[in-house]
Amino acid sequence: MQIRVTVNDTTHDSDVEPRTLLVHYVREQLGLTGTNVGCDTSSCGACTLHLNGEAVKSCTVLAVQADGQHVATIESLAVDGVMHPMQTAFMENHGLQCGYCTPGMVMASISLLNENPNPTEQEVRLGLEGNLCRCTGYHNIVKSVLACAGAAAVSGGH
Amino acid sequence: MSALVGERTRAGRLGDSITRPDGTAKVQGSFQFSSDLNAENCLWGATLRSPHPSARIVSIDLSAAYRISGVEAIVTAADVPGQATYGLISQDQPVFASDVVRYVGEPIAAVAADHPETCRRALEAIVVVYEVMAPLTDPERVLDGSHPPIHPDGNLIRHQRVLCGDANATGPIVVEGTYEIGMQDQAFLGLEAALALPDPGAAGVELYVATQWLHEDQKQIAACLGLAPAAIRLTLGGVGGAFGAREDISLQVHTCLLALRTGRPVRMHYSREESFLGHVHRHPARIWMRHHATADGLLVKVEARMVFDGGAYASTSSAVLINAVTHTQGPYRCPNAVVDGYAVRTNNLPCGAMRGFGVVQACFAHEGQMDRLAAACGIDPVDLRLRNAMVIGDKLITGQVIENVAPVERCIRETAALPLPDEPVGGHDRNTMRLPGGAGRTADAGHIRRGIGFAVSIKNLMYSEGFDDYSTARCRLADGVVTLKFATSEVGQGFVTIAGQIARSVLGVDEVVLGTIDTGVGSAGSTSASRQTWMSGGAVNAACLKVRGLLFDAVAALYHVDANSLSIEGSDIVGASGALRVSVLEASTGLEFDETVEYRHKPTEDLDDNGQGDCHTAFAFVAHRAVVDVDPELGLVKVIQIATAQDVGRALNPLSVLGQIEGGIAQGLGLAVMEEIIMSEGRVRNPSFTDYLLPTFLDMPSVVVSLIEEPDPIAPLGAKGVGEPPTISSTPAIVAAIRDAIGRPLDRVPVRPIDIIG
Repeated sequence: MQIRVTVNDTTHDSDVEPRTLLVHYVREQLGLTGTNVGCDTSSCGACTLHLNGEAVKSCTVLAVQADGQHVATIESLAVDGVMHPMQTAFMENHGLQCGYCTPGMVMASISLLNENPNPTEQEVRLGLEGNLCRCTGYHNIVKSVLACAGAAAVSGGH
Repeated sequence: MSALVGERTRAGRLGDSITRPDGTAKVQGSFQFSSDLNAENCLWGATLRSPHPSARIVSIDLSAAYRISGVEAIVTAADVPGQATYGLISQDQPVFASDVVRYVGEPIAAVAADHPETCRRALEAIVVVYEVMAPLTDPERVLDGSHPPIHPDGNLIRHQRVLCGDANATGPIVVEGTYEIGMQDQAFLGLEAALALPDPGAAGVELYVATQWLHEDQKQIAACLGLAPAAIRLTLGGVGGAFGAREDISLQVHTCLLALRTGRPVRMHYSREESFLGHVHRHPARIWMRHHATADGLLVKVEARMVFDGGAYASTSSAVLINAVTHTQGPYRCPNAVVDGYAVRTNNLPCGAMRGFGVVQACFAHEGQMDRLAAACGIDPVDLRLRNAMVIGDKLITGQVIENVAPVERCIRETAALPLPDEPVGGHDRNTMRLPGGAGRTADAGHIRRGIGFAVSIKNLMYSEGFDDYSTARCRLADGVVTLKFATSEVGQGFVTIAGQIARSVLGVDEVVLGTIDTGVGSAGSTSASRQTWMSGGAVNAACLKVRGLLFDAVAALYHVDANSLSIEGSDIVGASGALRVSVLEASTGLEFDETVEYRHKPTEDLDDNGQGDCHTAFAFVAHRAVVDVDPELGLVKVIQIATAQDVGRALNPLSVLGQIEGGIAQGLGLAVMEEIIMSEGRVRNPSFTDYLLPTFLDMPSVVVSLIEEPDPIAPLGAKGVGEPPTISSTPAIVAAIRDAIGRPLDRVPVRPIDIIG
């Protein structure tokens, strides 16, 4: 099937099989491998990206459902080599170890702050509960998100 | 193509909490995990696995599969050119099953095709006729001899006895219990993946793979392919966590075989379900212990019988078993012991390494016993542990003397002194999400019972039993820039961070370049056993020191001073008198020093038939205190807080240490209350993340930590490995807290709702 999808501000006209999942489309057809696959059952959130600005697990979306939509992956965040504040926050707060969950965590966290710019610790935990991390025990990820929110509050937005 | 080629780092010396050199790539999605790797003209590989735990293979018919367009090759046992079997300690596991299958998921064939979907159809088209047999799933049937051998090596993988002191010693207080530990999965997030690139004429192969030990993989792959090890070049593909599950071969041989057969690059990825079947797990175990003590609670004797289910193939079962039996007493003085440990073969999933490696199981049992003993003696559980705490000079039941550093008492006292949570049940904000059961809102806050539990552990560091344990590192200094080369698997633990910190500290440079992690340098040993900071850190340190010596010689010759008077101060080389000060950059300009060093720890010994011998190198200690809220009606648990004081030697990167501690506790919590691979008649009932539960953001308790820094004089940097201890006694501490809350004996992990309700 023919689809037209805008991914990271570039429009792609692609031929996909109806069964192709969005995550496989961005990874295999577009070569954007920053979005990871961790579970196949929509449990882990490693494949989280933004569809029209909202975080979705891209293993739960068919590529054809993204037809005419805007997709943003982890690769879109840094602009001219300058990282998104959430990326910097994860770096500085040791919010990652192996890093496999990180792209999904970062995308989910940005979406969380878009909805709730000044969350409590408990709200961060609730908001990210669908993303699994096996390395960190989560605390440094929560710190990263709160640090990013705090920095944004100081500077007046993301 | 490697994850870390030319990664440059600039700041941070030992003791600084600098960020990861691979962090930039990891937060930007540009870090290449092994599953991200691709090549021109690449094929996909996939594996056909046994649906039966025990069966004879009558026939395998590949003809229908070969007729599918896009299928390029199918390989079976008949196509393995070298050794038919592989394995870490004994080579007892077939590359492909040929005559019999011994567990559900055992590989039978592998396919290379143009698309994963073609692979799937080809696997479905392979016709295997089985003669199904009754599986051996009960480890006790191995020990009572009632089941015929399921493998030419027999059903008993290892029996190890430990006899210490007076076997007939008794005490007035006797407590006993039988403890069970379920099968835990490492559940790294980055699924197994590899890319193999064949050399022209099938003379060799280049393999990019997520693994814990490149050189061991190289050795095993070469043997199975019938090639010289040098013909197999391995590069570390980015690793998405490991925790022991990548110590054994999984898809390595299959991927290489398909690449050599087709003459084309082949990549192979496991699905999550396949991953559950395709790597080894933590051994399920059943442990009986009986402790004899004085009326004051001092240990007189420990007796134990341990049965570890190794599953179908040996993997590291024999080493896991000796870790368990040699840690029977825990971090406590105990003069007499009679211990029998058995690792057995069954038709269950193969088990091997997972964080804690045998000590997790032993610790769950000995800490349950310490609480029983405290109750029997009428002594506070913390006080009982203090009375028995090991000190330097005490002996293990193997006769080995604890040397240098043994801050057991400090671990216990500092843990006990850490603040308890001040929040009431449900938290200050009365948030239902903080109750056991969370969003289900099943718990009535008024019915919740809070409990507190304590546990302590000892863990050996590095390899044991006479293994020639070493790590290799190469240091090159030229024009003020250090380049390090090692084959140490970076699996997320942060060795790449520490390596740069070491080089900057020793050589006074700012810029450290990390070479590709591959087999182009000698072995680093495995990223396991809490060993890489000590071993590969030791190797990097030694290589840097050697280069520094040569640099000092050059400076001494140039300035006519004594090389022995020189030292590094900041980024300068200075003389003792203060007369000389020259920057490392200036001193090394136009020069090149390049040194490779193998670092070894002191040799260890085999255990004798009575389990006596200095089989371990060094130890780390840790204590955990858990606070839990329990809904006794629905059997739900919420862990509120873990407090821990850990013997780390020296924290080289304190935030990294904290990350290991918090991550390790999460895995200990998982084993305590939710994680178990459930097997029924040899079949896995929950091979997915919807049915195998992992701790989430909401399950993770607050963690309060005290780092105990007593540098170990035999550790090259004073630092001990910190990865395993957090996982070990956090589990029994949580279970002790649940027991405290509900007043029931809980002798099995994970604790299930039914165990709480009774």
